[in-house]
Amino acid sequence: MNNAPGPTIIMDTRSTTTRSVRFSINGVARDATIETCVTLLDLLREEFGLTGTKKGCDHGQCGACTVLIDGKRINSCLVLAVSRDGAEITTIEGIGSPDKRHPVQEAFIRHDALQCGYCTPGQICSAIGLISEGRARTREEIREAMSGNLCRCGAYIGIVDAIEEVLVALRGKPVP
Amino acid sequence: MRRFEYLRAASIEEAIARLGDDSGAQLLAGGTNLVDLMKYDVATPTTIIDINDLPLREIGQTANGGLRIGALVTNAEVACHAAVESHYPLLASAILAGASAQLRNAATVAGNLMQRTRCAYFYDVATACNKRMPGSGCPARDGLNRNHAILGASNACVATHPSDMCVALAAIEATVIVKGPEGTRAISLAEFHRLPGETPQQDTILRHDEIVLGIELPPTPEAPRYSYLKIRDRLSYAFALVSAAVLLAIDDGVISMAQVALGGVAHKPWRNTAAEVLLVGRTASRGNFDQFASILLSPAVALSDNGYKIELARRTVVRALEQAASRTPQLQSDKRIH
Repeated sequence: MNNAPGPTIIMDTRSTTTRSVRFSINGVARDATIETCVTLLDLLREEFGLTGTKKGCDHGQCGACTVLIDGKRINSCLVLAVSRDGAEITTIEGIGSPDKRHPVQEAFIRHDALQCGYCTPGQICSAIGLISEGRARTREEIREAMSGNLCRCGAYIGIVDAIEEVLVALRGKPVP
Repeated sequence: MRRFEYLRAASIEEAIARLGDDSGAQLLAGGTNLVDLMKYDVATPTTIIDINDLPLREIGQTANGGLRIGALVTNAEVACHAAVESHYPLLASAILAGASAQLRNAATVAGNLMQRTRCAYFYDVATACNKRMPGSGCPARDGLNRNHAILGASNACVATHPSDMCVALAAIEATVIVKGPEGTRAISLAEFHRLPGETPQQDTILRHDEIVLGIELPPTPEAPRYSYLKIRDRLSYAFALVSAAVLLAIDDGVISMAQVALGGVAHKPWRNTAAEVLLVGRTASRGNFDQFASILLSPAVALSDNGYKIELARRTVVRALEQAASRTPQLQSDKRIH
């Protein structure tokens, strides 16, 4: 496919290349009948209206589309939705709420870890994945483990500060 | 992305049979490379055979005390596995040097073996490319070739293999286990990938109707001397300009074993076992490492923009050998090179 803009294919009733899928998205069962070539990212945004997950590069190079699939952070732009049929998906819409923000969201606000905010849903999903992996501890390890999330505004120092603070606060406690 | 028929294989035999019936079919595992290639119209499978239900997710001991890793084990699972960390830290380190945490959570062992080059001309369907469209030509040979091969290239293709994992597997001397209609065969990692020659469209010797079942690592002592040193344009999340995977054994200051593979320099992980033999019986000294690296790089040929790689590769090999010898392997989080 070239990079020319065009409609996202979700469902073409003439095609035989469709499938019914069911996901648990942010704890809610969601069904859809989709073209087999639809990515999880396009399914979330175009079919389910969950536009918190962002399309940046659409090629696994920027991390804006990061979601949690069965608890693991993954680029949703490179996942064929049919291939993950039945999975539990967590998107930014399922993380915290305006009244009760997730500790990572609180820390991002406190440390000014964003400017335009476009990469932030992916950053937050990725940070939550990093914390549950339990391997990054030092600032250098956090930077390395977050290298799959680009921020064109350059809020990297705030992002690392925020994640480091949450890691320190969580030491010895279960991951939220 | 073009439409395709989608089939979820229920058994290894079904996947093999469907591959044999359909020349336009491709296997899908993690999808991190294939889906990207399909978006660019570089890969145009008419059928996708999804193998994610197949029982290929195990890591376990082989009969001879080595380690067997299933085709669908993710890169992250391999790198974080206790037996890999203790006995094959070179493999763990190389995997962690590659891609990003998100990609490693989806990408699989088999997908990593089968990933295609990142040559910009291969990816751009508006240009010629002998790998993508055999016989159309190679614009990289006289074009933008800063990232391209200095060893083993041909007139038809100067692309490099992009994997970090495979460079470590070449040094470790892993075996790829594959299955086809006639049964199972074991292919050494060194034989699995091929040089481009006149048929650069073939990255590996895997046949269309064969499926990778997994890899086997030979038995090895705990805590070997090793280092994986990767040099790239930015400190993380970039393909190698040059990388070196080193395994060393030293007894009383004398080298008893040296296995060294280079990444980013050829169409496959590059080894020269004849040169490695020359290190055995000699002291682990800078002078001996220099001499070895010069022999390793002696057949290197520069294109218009990648001549820097020859000296860079030479120095990377020497530094990685020194790191391995002193038991100070390159860390993949702290990027300072000691």
